[in-house]
Order: sequence, then structure tokens, then C-alpha cells
Amino acid sequence: MSEELHDVRLSVNGASYDVRVPGRRLLSDALRHDLGLTGTHVGCEHGVCGACTVLLDGAPVRACLMFAVSAQGQEITTVEGLARPDGTLSNVQQAFVECHGLQCGFCTPGFLTTITAGLRANPTPTHEECREMVAGNLCRCTGYQNIVRAVERAAELGLDTPSLVPREGSSTNEETP
Amino acid sequence: MKPAPFAYHRPSTLDEAIATLAADPHAKVLAGGQSLVPLLSMRLAQPSALVDINGLAELAGIRVDDRGVRIGALARHADVLASAEVRRTQPLVSLALAHVAHATIRNRGTTVGSLVHADAAAEMPVVLTLLGGSVEVASVRGRRTIAAAELFLGPLESSLAPDEIAVSADFPALPAGAGVAFEEIARRHGDYALCGVAALADGETVKAGFVSVSDVPTVVDLSGVPAGERGAAALAELDPVGDIHATAAYRSQLVRVLTERVVGSAVRDAELRSREGAP
Repeated sequence: MSEELHDVRLSVNGASYDVRVPGRRLLSDALRHDLGLTGTHVGCEHGVCGACTVLLDGAPVRACLMFAVSAQGQEITTVEGLARPDGTLSNVQQAFVECHGLQCGFCTPGFLTTITAGLRANPTPTHEECREMVAGNLCRCTGYQNIVRAVERAAELGLDTPSLVPREGSSTNEETP
Repeated sequence: MKPAPFAYHRPSTLDEAIATLAADPHAKVLAGGQSLVPLLSMRLAQPSALVDINGLAELAGIRVDDRGVRIGALARHADVLASAEVRRTQPLVSLALAHVAHATIRNRGTTVGSLVHADAAAEMPVVLTLLGGSVEVASVRGRRTIAAAELFLGPLESSLAPDEIAVSADFPALPAGAGVAFEEIARRHGDYALCGVAALADGETVKAGFVSVSDVPTVVDLSGVPAGERGAAALAELDPVGDIHATAAYRSQLVRVLTERVVGSAVRDAELRSREGAP
């Protein structure tokens, strides 16, 4: 007996993709294998490492803890969607370059999406808040000092991802301090 | 690390969801999925079908009145944590939610889902038990309310029947002059606690609930126990076990220290609220 497939329309980085997937297809796998967007990385696949973090209607979520069929009707932003429209780096990405916030780069997509949303919720974090912002993401190179420094540098540079700035009247999922 | 095949259903009404669940004794409900999806991926659970309730917007509400906080099954931890009304009416819910995993997990995970997952290492089952709250469930057989004291049967085991969907949870309001506190020790903020303590001080009644200490959420009555002896009194009622994260001796020490600290905070919180509430 063959597995039942579902027709799903995924909206990713402003583009629509029609895919046919089984119910058990993880969103992380749909992004990578069905859509070819391999910027989203898959590490632990049980929600611990954070490498697969994407933005769902602007809020960071683990793509490995969601099924692609559940994401229909929501706007997904992956690391590919963070750069400016002309292809230059966003301020969070620029801060990673300046502060050597990446070593092997495997965890970087998850950090970039997490920090982009984190700074939108709290544009002027304290040092402790910067640490907590990235506490749910693991870096196997243990490059945390420079990553935290990159969060602080990105906050200095300010928020510059226009597509992610919440539209007036739209609701977000961020916690308030 | 991929889930086994399952039939996927995404009902658009609660009645449809209940009927779908009733039709298959091996189906499971999918809400936030932050605990369920890892179990599926590691194939520790292989349900024949998932009933995805994420389309049931009617379950996403949070209602707050004088009696307490009612949280719908689809309300995310982050939504509950962001609510100033929840914080005002039952601050222990907000205090504990800040320790539930990381912000990214809280954006997707649901508070009611965490309750019926019945993990004694999770914060919200203990909070519901300490406050004497309840969960309302629905099935083709009708609705019923399960008190927290009857909800948690064992490790990851709740008293919901296979055909029942939890639709909401009720956390009673903090009475005037009562105080609460919550604290936990984890290797990294947001990770599972090695030991966590929630405390409620209401007049002469003082109670503490424990996270990651026993198989089911456990509440110890410490009424009348003087400060300085509460840690030992709590430990006498508990039997902390060792695991890969902490030895039994270390966990016992955490119970002693945290109980004193958190119950003390709750008593001070009660004094502060009494003064603020005084005319």
C-alpha cells in the first residue's frame, strides 16, 4: 500500500511552492529536499540544537518539529530570505562577519533567523538578554563568545530586514519583556 | 530520525476532530508538536493517524476573569506568557512559563499540550497541580472536567481516554493576599530542570510543587513548618532519584536549597500583596 500524499502550497521567502508530500514530511526536509532551499540545516532532528530554525509568520520555530502539511497558509522565512533584496548582507549577517560569529557555519542559519526575530522583539538587549536570545541554539564549535558579541553588534547596527518588520495591525508571537 | 508513516487529518471543526479521533483508537492529537514530533521522529511513538488541531482557531483563546485563567488548547506558551492579564490574575502561570524551554519552542508549543503530555520534568503540570486547576476534555461521549489531582497517572501518562481531546485548562486566580514564586536549576536556562520548585503561600497554608523530582507532579504541604526547616520537611515527603543529569544526593540538595528559597519568596510575595491590597 503506498503512502497517502498531500498537496501543499508553501509560502517561503515571498515565493509560493506547490509540493506533494506525505503527512510525515518534516518542514525542514520539505525546505531542503522538495524546495532545494538547503540553507536551513538539520542537526539533531529533535528540537535541541536549533540549526533548523526558520521564521513562521515572523516568529522563530524549529522546522524539524513541524510537518510541512501544517505550514500551509503561513509565511516562512529561511536564512535565504534574510539578505537585502539587492543581495547584500542584512545587519545580523554583517555582524556575524565582523565579529567572527561563525566557525564551521553549520549552526549559523539557525542563529541568524533566531537573532533576526529576537532583535525585532527586543532591539536594545542587555548582554544577558543577548545570551538568553541564543540560549536555545547549539554551536558545535562552541563559538558562543563571538556569537553573543555579534548579537550586540547587530543591535548597534539596527534592524534592517524590511520584509520582517511587522506590518501595522499584524500580530506577532513574541513575548513581552 | 524520521517518523513512521501515519494518516494525516486536519479537521476544521472540533466536532470533526472528535469524530476523527473516535474512529481510530491508535490516532494521536497534534497541537504544537514540540514534545510529540521528537517522539515520532525517534519512533518511540508510532500512531496510525494524527489529528492536527492547528486549524481549530476556536481553541486558541485565552480567557481571564475573576475566577482565573482559561487557556485554550491551541494557545501557544508565548501567547500565554505575553498576556498581562494572565500575569495579573495568576502570576505563577507566567513565572513558570518563562522557564518552559526556549523562546523558539514556546512560539509553537501549547500550554494545554504540555499538560496532557504529563511530563513530570515539565513546569506546567506541577503548576496546575499546585493551584488545584483542571483540564476540560471533549469526545463523542460528551465533555468532562478532570481535576489536576486525577490527571497525572505516571510518567508521560495522563487519565485522558484515547478518544478525548483536551480543549482547555483552568488555572484558578491567585486569592487576595496570597503569594507565589517559582525557580529552577538547569544546566542552561531553558533546558529541563535538574530540580524546580513552585510555591503558593495563602494565609496559613503553604505548599510547594516539585519539577523533575518524582514520576508525577508532586505537591507537599508545608503549612506550619518554620523557615529553615522547610527544605528538610519537603525532602522527607519526596524520594529524589539520580539520573544522567544529577545524582540522587545532588537532587536532594537542590530540593533542600530551592524549597527554602522559593517558599520564602512566596511568603514574602504574599506579605507584599497583602500590603498593596490593604486600604
